[in-house]
Amino acid sequence: MLRFSTWKFIAIVAMTLAAILVVAPSMMTPAHYEALKERLPAWLTPPTIVLGLDLQGGSHVMLEVDKADILTTQVKNLREDVRRILREEKVAITGGIGATPRGVQLRVADAADRERILPKLRLLRNGFSARAGGGDSPLDVEETPDGLIRLTVTDAGLVEKTRRAVDQSIEVIRRRVDALGTREPSIQREGDDRIIVQVPGLQDPEQLKTILGQTAKLEFRLVAEAGQNPADSEELEQQDGTGKLPIEKQVMVQGEDLTDAQPGFDQQRGGEPVVNFRFNIRGAQRFGEVTSKNVDRLFAIVLDNKVISAPRILTPITGGSGQISGRFTVEEANNLSILLRAGALPAKLNIVEERTVGPGLGQDSIDAGKRAAYVGAGLVVVYMLITYGVFGVFANLALFVHIAFIFAGLVLLGSTLTLPGIAGIVLTIGMAVDSNVLIYERIREENHAGRTILASLDAGFKRAFATIVDSNVTMFVAAAILYFLGTGPVRGFAVSLALGILTTIITAYTMTQMMIAIWYHYARPTRLPI
Amino acid sequence: MKLLRLAPENTKFPFMRFRRVSYPFSAFLSLIAVALFVFKGMNFGIDFAGGTVIELRAKNGSAEVGVLRGLGEGLKLGDIEVQGFGNPADATLRFGLQPGGDVAQQAAVERVREKVGNDYELRRVEVVGPRVSNELVQSGTLGVVLSILAVLGYLWFRFEWQFAVGAVIATMHDLLLTVGFFSITQLEFNTTSIAAILTIVGYSLNETVVVLDRIRENMRKYKKLGTAQMIDMSINAVLPRTIMTATTVMLALIALVAFGGQVIRSFSLAMIWGIFVATYSSIFICSPMLIYLGLRNEEGDKAAASHEVASKDSQTRDGQSGLESAEKEPPTTSAPAKKKSAQSRKPRQA
Repeated sequence: MLRFSTWKFIAIVAMTLAAILVVAPSMMTPAHYEALKERLPAWLTPPTIVLGLDLQGGSHVMLEVDKADILTTQVKNLREDVRRILREEKVAITGGIGATPRGVQLRVADAADRERILPKLRLLRNGFSARAGGGDSPLDVEETPDGLIRLTVTDAGLVEKTRRAVDQSIEVIRRRVDALGTREPSIQREGDDRIIVQVPGLQDPEQLKTILGQTAKLEFRLVAEAGQNPADSEELEQQDGTGKLPIEKQVMVQGEDLTDAQPGFDQQRGGEPVVNFRFNIRGAQRFGEVTSKNVDRLFAIVLDNKVISAPRILTPITGGSGQISGRFTVEEANNLSILLRAGALPAKLNIVEERTVGPGLGQDSIDAGKRAAYVGAGLVVVYMLITYGVFGVFANLALFVHIAFIFAGLVLLGSTLTLPGIAGIVLTIGMAVDSNVLIYERIREENHAGRTILASLDAGFKRAFATIVDSNVTMFVAAAILYFLGTGPVRGFAVSLALGILTTIITAYTMTQMMIAIWYHYARPTRLPI
Repeated sequence: MKLLRLAPENTKFPFMRFRRVSYPFSAFLSLIAVALFVFKGMNFGIDFAGGTVIELRAKNGSAEVGVLRGLGEGLKLGDIEVQGFGNPADATLRFGLQPGGDVAQQAAVERVREKVGNDYELRRVEVVGPRVSNELVQSGTLGVVLSILAVLGYLWFRFEWQFAVGAVIATMHDLLLTVGFFSITQLEFNTTSIAAILTIVGYSLNETVVVLDRIRENMRKYKKLGTAQMIDMSINAVLPRTIMTATTVMLALIALVAFGGQVIRSFSLAMIWGIFVATYSSIFICSPMLIYLGLRNEEGDKAAASHEVASKDSQTRDGQSGLESAEKEPPTTSAPAKKKSAQSRKPRQA
């Protein structure tokens, strides 16, 4: 007990100093921190504690790829492909291409024709799967003896498409969120069909949702004229709510041919906000062609199946640039240009979970957390002091280091401090002294049983150790499970709790032991002070 | 310096004797908890029930709860719950899942924003769709079950199996009573509450382990004591520590309740209740369970058992009297009690 090895002493003091050093930058005011950062070389930029969205404000949005939308697109493409094959092979079918819940069916009366097109139809599955041949077939091709061929998108095919849609969506979302100019957004896939977007410190969370919630599929299509085949066009809603317009199904130019889009103002219309865009070479050519051939017709700009505007083509537009006007507000024009620049999402995304905390509430939560932590720590410190006297001082010193260790752990792990995390820390303040209490009570007991002071101290620490380990392991198990199953703020709680449990063993046990050893050496007490 | 002592020294409470009161009492409370859960139910937050919570702050400094309540009707949001708290400028709106899936939830928030956005600052918006809430229920339940299993495993590995089972029964008891607490207080039950429950589980095990640890130690040290006597002695020995720790944690939690703000208040309140229950159950539920499960202090019980043969009739007449008389024995190992006859018998009956 008395012979506390020097290296252990040095190790503990060094760890304590290191912890304080790690935590210090996070405790500074932003101004001081910036000043410090400027004096240090770039590679030595001190990390600070990362605050959770609930503390610094921000948005957490979970998006889910709309599987129904993916299926609809798949079936639509399938139908086009089948039609193309029939045309290429010049095969006649009876009764047109029928719809099934997850695919299409067609009746080919002639057996020889069937034999001819079946291999071609089977080849369609390659279009579904990047990993051709592997796993379950993404497309079922069934044939009945009476000449019915049924093509069905399988679950495997749908999952594969969904995954790919998620991958592509993440890229698009990243470009969109970056355009908002926020710092450190986090965009992650979650499972097969979900994406979690976390953007800290947003002043206008609504804008984030607006730009995430739109597919932004831009199409230029001609407005159908009287006398055209109605099967070639569809009625689409107008953006301004003035009813529907018949729009040709054929898409002339697509949003993916845009190279740039910027918000601007149209001086000729009294400064109305518009979006100016520029096509790539292919788009410019196509746009020039279409506008040359269709002078005087209405050319509709369709966004996500809604007609934004349908201006009349006055002269052929061959310059490769144009303007979208649709009675936008400045904000809408801005958002639309962000969306067009970032590109369209491959499928519709639905918001399935949203948690947004405004910056004001975040600051209030930090303040509340701080206040609770100070008061909680203060009460515990005083209580330990009046119960254990000089030993209480040791316990309190250990407690201080314990808290420094937790924060240092959070900084080094780069894990976020959330409001439940603060609660976890306050809780471990209570729990940390438990180890001290266990030891002290044991020492008293041994002393009452008639041992000398030194023997009591020794026995107290030795006997309490097993108990401390056992009780902390059980608590740690609970924290670990909470971490793996919890989400967001609750995870923060689990991290603080787990860190607190780990550091307890060092601070409440080893450190206290050290302090008492030193104290004993110098004070040479004749009776136990507790 | 005169130091504060909350727990009296050298107590000799016959805790084991209380098991005849504490078991029916706890069983009764547990039944009430289950009944509350079934009939009264929990105030599930949006994490588990799905729905929307919007925290508002009035720009003019006073939130008009009445007007906000009217929104439910006006915007066709169904039942809308409006709560003011703390600051008169603040209010929380909560409404359930809107029919029409995930898209409808967002549309509802949009309607509220349009309606009140000019007069109120939306400080917090949380929307949880139907599928996500189901998943949260699953992972929450899984978490609680898994942690209990994991801890059961650890305790089995570290102690005798009776200890593990005793600890888990005590933990389940705490769990049930905490659920009952949430039901009776109608505190909102959300993912943070799951965190509270798991922390209570952790604390309860912590308490239990401290007592069990001492029982194990004393089992080796005082081989000649009767089981109940030995357990009583162990609990009394750790009693000062139990009281001290519970008080300290309670102080920290009181600070959280008073100053930690709205979001973690229900967490902190549940924890306070949990500390009470966990401390109680480690003493009155877990420890006596060891006796029921047939844990025996070999020699001490053997000494009693050797006498058992002689006084067989007295034992058949009253199977439990032996235990109580054992508890009255002084903790001396030299004089095995004359009337301890039924003690070793008891575990087998249970």
